[in-house]
Amino acid sequence: MTKLTVPVGPADHALGDKHAPVTLVEYGDYQCPHCGHAHLIVKALRKHFGKQLRFVYRHFPLTQIHPMAEPAAEAAEFASAHERFWEMHDAIFENQESLGLPLLADLARDLGLSSQDLVGALESHEFLPKIKEDFMGGVRSGVNGTPTFFIDGYRYEGLYEFENLVEAINAELGNSKIEHRRAG
Amino acid sequence: MSSVLSPGTQAPDFTLSVTPDQKLSLRDLRGKPVVLAFYPADWSPVCGDQMTLYNEVLPEFQKYKAEVLGISVDGAWCHAAFAKHQHLHFPLLSDFEPKGAVARTYGAYRQKDGFCERALFVIDENGVIFWSYCSPVAVNPGADGILEALENMKGKRQSHDKVDSTRRAS
Repeated sequence: MTKLTVPVGPADHALGDKHAPVTLVEYGDYQCPHCGHAHLIVKALRKHFGKQLRFVYRHFPLTQIHPMAEPAAEAAEFASAHERFWEMHDAIFENQESLGLPLLADLARDLGLSSQDLVGALESHEFLPKIKEDFMGGVRSGVNGTPTFFIDGYRYEGLYEFENLVEAINAELGNSKIEHRRAG
Repeated sequence: MSSVLSPGTQAPDFTLSVTPDQKLSLRDLRGKPVVLAFYPADWSPVCGDQMTLYNEVLPEFQKYKAEVLGISVDGAWCHAAFAKHQHLHFPLLSDFEPKGAVARTYGAYRQKDGFCERALFVIDENGVIFWSYCSPVAVNPGADGILEALENMKGKRQSHDKVDSTRRAS
């Protein structure tokens, strides 16, 4: 089974309890239609599992087929620098069909951020190193396309549908309970 | 699954079309590591396409001075259209006539299906296979195995060089 080579750490964008029994990591691309679909599934999973699930998103832009994937990831990191990563992340996926520089500037403005600063950050590629780091970590972990999910550090090989992921996460929750009991 | 050529084997030479009017021979790449990626077909319908991934990872492969070659039974015109569509920056070879002849020499042809396996070969500067891997045909094998092989190959070469220079020094 393929393992996550870069453990979840402070540099990651994470939602949910740090001590949640299960962590779901997604490698995604903001211009990938499958990731757009997976975004809705992840939202439903977070609602379903509540405090039992932590979600981490890492960038894996396929820049040669998705020319807006990297600028979008940079815009999300720009928002992150202002503590607004998840708002930007959600807004990009929810407006994926109109993804382009004008949209990113609008979204920044909607969050009360300067669209001029955003354009500056995109031009200077200020946040590109973080994105490249995510990408290479993904490559080293055997990420072969988007979206790729890891459940507690192991690659999930099933379908990106709600029922399938619920099943896999439930199985992992069962495992972590057993481990907890053993440890306790 | 076929049994692909193993490490230590001399990589069989070939000359194949790389564009409708250009050919490429493996021996022309002597002195450089070569990544040879056999794959079933152009126009895979997913964003997780193997060639698209290698295209993105190309700068990493180039750090090892490696040449990446994709190879399938698709014709040169088909490859040209696919490469243009996906903005590929490395050559795709046509193992088209006789169909799959090169793939067969590497043990990477699926006779029953009439296309190549998803088989990977990392070939050293002397044309010897350093690492090979055959993935289930529906599974994109990713790039981690190739990068690890290139790294190990470099490590091995450096330790050889070291031994050589110590020998020369003594």
